[in-house]
Amino acid sequence: MSRQTSRLDAKKVNSELLTLTYGALVSQMLKETENPEDVNKQLERIGYNMGVRLIEDFLARTTSTRCLEMRETADKIQQAFRLYLNMQPTVTSWSSSGDEFSLVWDQCALSDWVEMPNNGLRYCALIPGAIRGALQMVQLEVQCWFVQDQLKGDAVTELRVKYIKRLEDAVPAGED
Amino acid sequence: MTIYNLYIFDRYGTLLYYGEWNRSKQSGMSREEEGKLMYGMLFSIKSFVAKISPLDPKEGFMHYKTSKYTLHCLETPSGLKFVMNTDNQAQGVRDLLKKIYGEIYVKYAIRNPMCGIGEPITSELFKNKLDAFIKQSPIQYARAS
Repeated sequence: MSRQTSRLDAKKVNSELLTLTYGALVSQMLKETENPEDVNKQLERIGYNMGVRLIEDFLARTTSTRCLEMRETADKIQQAFRLYLNMQPTVTSWSSSGDEFSLVWDQCALSDWVEMPNNGLRYCALIPGAIRGALQMVQLEVQCWFVQDQLKGDAVTELRVKYIKRLEDAVPAGED
Repeated sequence: MTIYNLYIFDRYGTLLYYGEWNRSKQSGMSREEEGKLMYGMLFSIKSFVAKISPLDPKEGFMHYKTSKYTLHCLETPSGLKFVMNTDNQAQGVRDLLKKIYGEIYVKYAIRNPMCGIGEPITSELFKNKLDAFIKQSPIQYARAS
């Protein structure tokens, strides 16, 4: 990758290019797969694989340390949205136990110029996948799903993140 | 001031990468065995250090020193361990390890689609960039050997 971008400043790739590429990818997947549910799953998986790598880039860039509670994690996720998608989601709707929150945004670089087919496609399924993948690498298991979606006629897009459990450090073979 | 060698482990203890520069004496075991022992030792030290700490440790174990060498360890929140052996005069190794993480590992391993996550790094580009980085670092006064 670094080789291809050496001529082009990586920071200045046109966001419209990203939007259109992503749109082309999703529509091609819809054409090739009969079931939109499968497309959702695939997109989530692509996002997951991106998240697993993206977290290292994020940690190296921000030199952040381990989060001690979900509120810190939410801040970091918000920061990542700003860093990678130039989006400004707000963090709201905390559950009383503090383990579940919503990210709300009204503008997303991925979903410009999209006409949605009416078949249950979750166009931005990449994003919850990336969050899940990234947090898994820092030993946090979360669930992540859309509550509202602008592309489906809601006023804003709301993504819910729920903490499931802490994944434990791996013990080397033969130790307790 | 000399850098001897570098190990990179993932969070499951897999030895992702090993590099050596001025290591004049080998441990006499296979690289695999050595990696396992190294990871096991760090794992034990880390958990014990955290247990006897009078305050809640944030970064925990960072380095140990013997009469001949110092071992430095940087653990990222994602559980990667960068372990470097240097002589006792080396300064600022932690920052160097952070740079190796940010400028070499992320750039040439994570962003390289051919490098699988959790698999040993075989990329030549990574190796060359790391070598170049180590050679130009201020700690490394090439001691022709």
